[in-house]
Amino acid sequence: MDLWHALTLQAGYNASLVTVGAALLGGSAGAVGSFLFLRKRVLVSDAVAHATLPGIGAAFLIMAALGGDGRALVGLLVGAAATATLGLLAVEGIVRHTRLGEDVAIGAVLSVFFGIGVVLMTIIQSAGLGAPAGLEGFLMGATAGMLWAEAMLIAAAAALSCLCVILLRRPVLLVAFDAEYATVRGVPVGLVDLAIMGLAMAVTVIGLKIVGLVLIVALLIIPAVTARFWTDQAERLIWIAAALGAVTGWVGTALSATAPNLPTGPIIVLMAGALFAVSLMFAPRRGVVASLLHQRQFQIRVHRRQGLLSLARTEPIFDPTTLKVLRRDGAIRADGVATDSGRAQAARALRDEHRFDMARKRYPDDPRQVHFDGLTPIEQVLTLDEIAALDAALGQPKAL
Amino acid sequence: MNLALATQNGQRADNTRTLRAQSAALSIQGLTVSYGSNPVVFSLDAAFEPGRMTAIIGPNGAGKSTTLKACLGLVPKLSGEVRFFGRPLRDNRARVAYVPQRNSVDWAFPARVADVVAMGLYPGLGLLGRFSGAHRATVAEALSQMGMEAFAERQIGQLSGGQQQRVFLARALAQRADLYLLDEPLAGVDAATETAIVSVLHKLRDEGKAIVAVHHDLSTVPEYFDDALVINRRAIAAGPVAQSVTQANLQEAYGHRLGPLDA
Repeated sequence: MDLWHALTLQAGYNASLVTVGAALLGGSAGAVGSFLFLRKRVLVSDAVAHATLPGIGAAFLIMAALGGDGRALVGLLVGAAATATLGLLAVEGIVRHTRLGEDVAIGAVLSVFFGIGVVLMTIIQSAGLGAPAGLEGFLMGATAGMLWAEAMLIAAAAALSCLCVILLRRPVLLVAFDAEYATVRGVPVGLVDLAIMGLAMAVTVIGLKIVGLVLIVALLIIPAVTARFWTDQAERLIWIAAALGAVTGWVGTALSATAPNLPTGPIIVLMAGALFAVSLMFAPRRGVVASLLHQRQFQIRVHRRQGLLSLARTEPIFDPTTLKVLRRDGAIRADGVATDSGRAQAARALRDEHRFDMARKRYPDDPRQVHFDGLTPIEQVLTLDEIAALDAALGQPKAL
Repeated sequence: MNLALATQNGQRADNTRTLRAQSAALSIQGLTVSYGSNPVVFSLDAAFEPGRMTAIIGPNGAGKSTTLKACLGLVPKLSGEVRFFGRPLRDNRARVAYVPQRNSVDWAFPARVADVVAMGLYPGLGLLGRFSGAHRATVAEALSQMGMEAFAERQIGQLSGGQQQRVFLARALAQRADLYLLDEPLAGVDAATETAIVSVLHKLRDEGKAIVAVHHDLSTVPEYFDDALVINRRAIAAGPVAQSVTQANLQEAYGHRLGPLDA
């Protein structure tokens, strides 16, 4: 099956259902995850996700004991949400009432709840209760045989959480940046935090079926941190993370449909990881490549300025990098002797250096002070009138 | 008859006190805050008037910041009554601006300078209100009052300490409040920022706003402030700087750790 068919929803009914579901899930996970990221609560959501497992097991046992179908999705999700809430309360309780930090509380709660869940799963399997095989699917996600009703459940929950994100974005930003200020302005910080964790729990629970509880944290965190490479504005970060999450879900599902037995959830997560890696390396301005290039260019500017000033003052130059930069500029010949153009450039650099000296004295509180270092052409820092005034103050203009 | 007169006088004194408490921008009565059973602020009375700029001074650990935070409900108070323009805070939030210590937030937060100032307007917008051109103009005006208009698009992580403080003050200015509570607004800022902040605060005071600032530099108190509240867990002196910041009062607040005013 080729990727194009999968991407354009022509790969069969079930695959299309899962693709749309995963995109919706990815979008809401991206938006909600950026709330968690901004509020620095990402790892709490991981504890909450792992705390769903005992709920799934317990719900199965209860429903089976009552004579019903232990695998009814709604029942399992209610159970998952119930123990996830307990896990969240446990983390908050430990942080609030003891001297332990949040990291410790998360580690303890995550592992204990997950341990209980694994025990319950083992009991269910060894007791041979019905056909419990489906339950393992919640660990890593299992999209084969997704039902229309299940897809609708995911779609409805995703739409609802998007609405909540729109409504809550301003209070969340206030609380995330400065919770004390938010409190003074009357924002109910406790309620906002509760809403953020409630949304995270909702995303976790609806994501159980697609990516599973172990990997859902990836969909919450990776789009948000990927978005951070593309913007410096928190509100934009939310929408970029939502878009990245949706693309991740869509393309990841389509990819997993191109070959038999590719696990959908992990492929979606790998897709998110790939987008993250690309952004980390190549994002404009904030990516690794861009910052290395920027640093290199800055270094060249520093060496050029130093070199030209040395030329103007006829000081010897020893630094190999400086020599290389000047040679490449055509300011000096291979043997290190200044060319005509080099002498002219050097005279200009020295003149601008005098101008900047004067500017530092004349405009001590100017916000442009940071650029009075000769690394930016003076015409880009000061207006022509200001330069003329500086020249007048300097007296006899230096002959070029 | 003497007794009756005394009662009458007492009555009048009580009335005056109530009247003052009502006209005060912020009045504090019997404020006690404790962490565990260790009171950090004990039975503190104070009133801050509109059109006055007051410094809260005292040694480290005297409860200066805690007093502000307890008034604003940021730390629980054990007892005491706090009124903003004669009402509890929840009735007058829009009139009260708070400028926290700038190191209380993470400046790596993804926001530009203008975004932080805009947050001062969020509570007035509600959940769905549109951020209009008028709001943008308010933000721009607040930034230009602080001399930060050239930095509107700058990422906040790139600011110096003084610039961060200016942004915090601009966020408070955008709110157009009547009472400004500032926690160490001049701590660790450059001289130009100090001048800029003080002149903006003086302008607000001259417009009839009440300014209350926790302050650490005793040498600048007479120059910058009208009134001072000297505390060390409890109120030691209050009133115009000339009467409250005296050698004797400072000695009482700071003990022997601090000598004369010019120390």
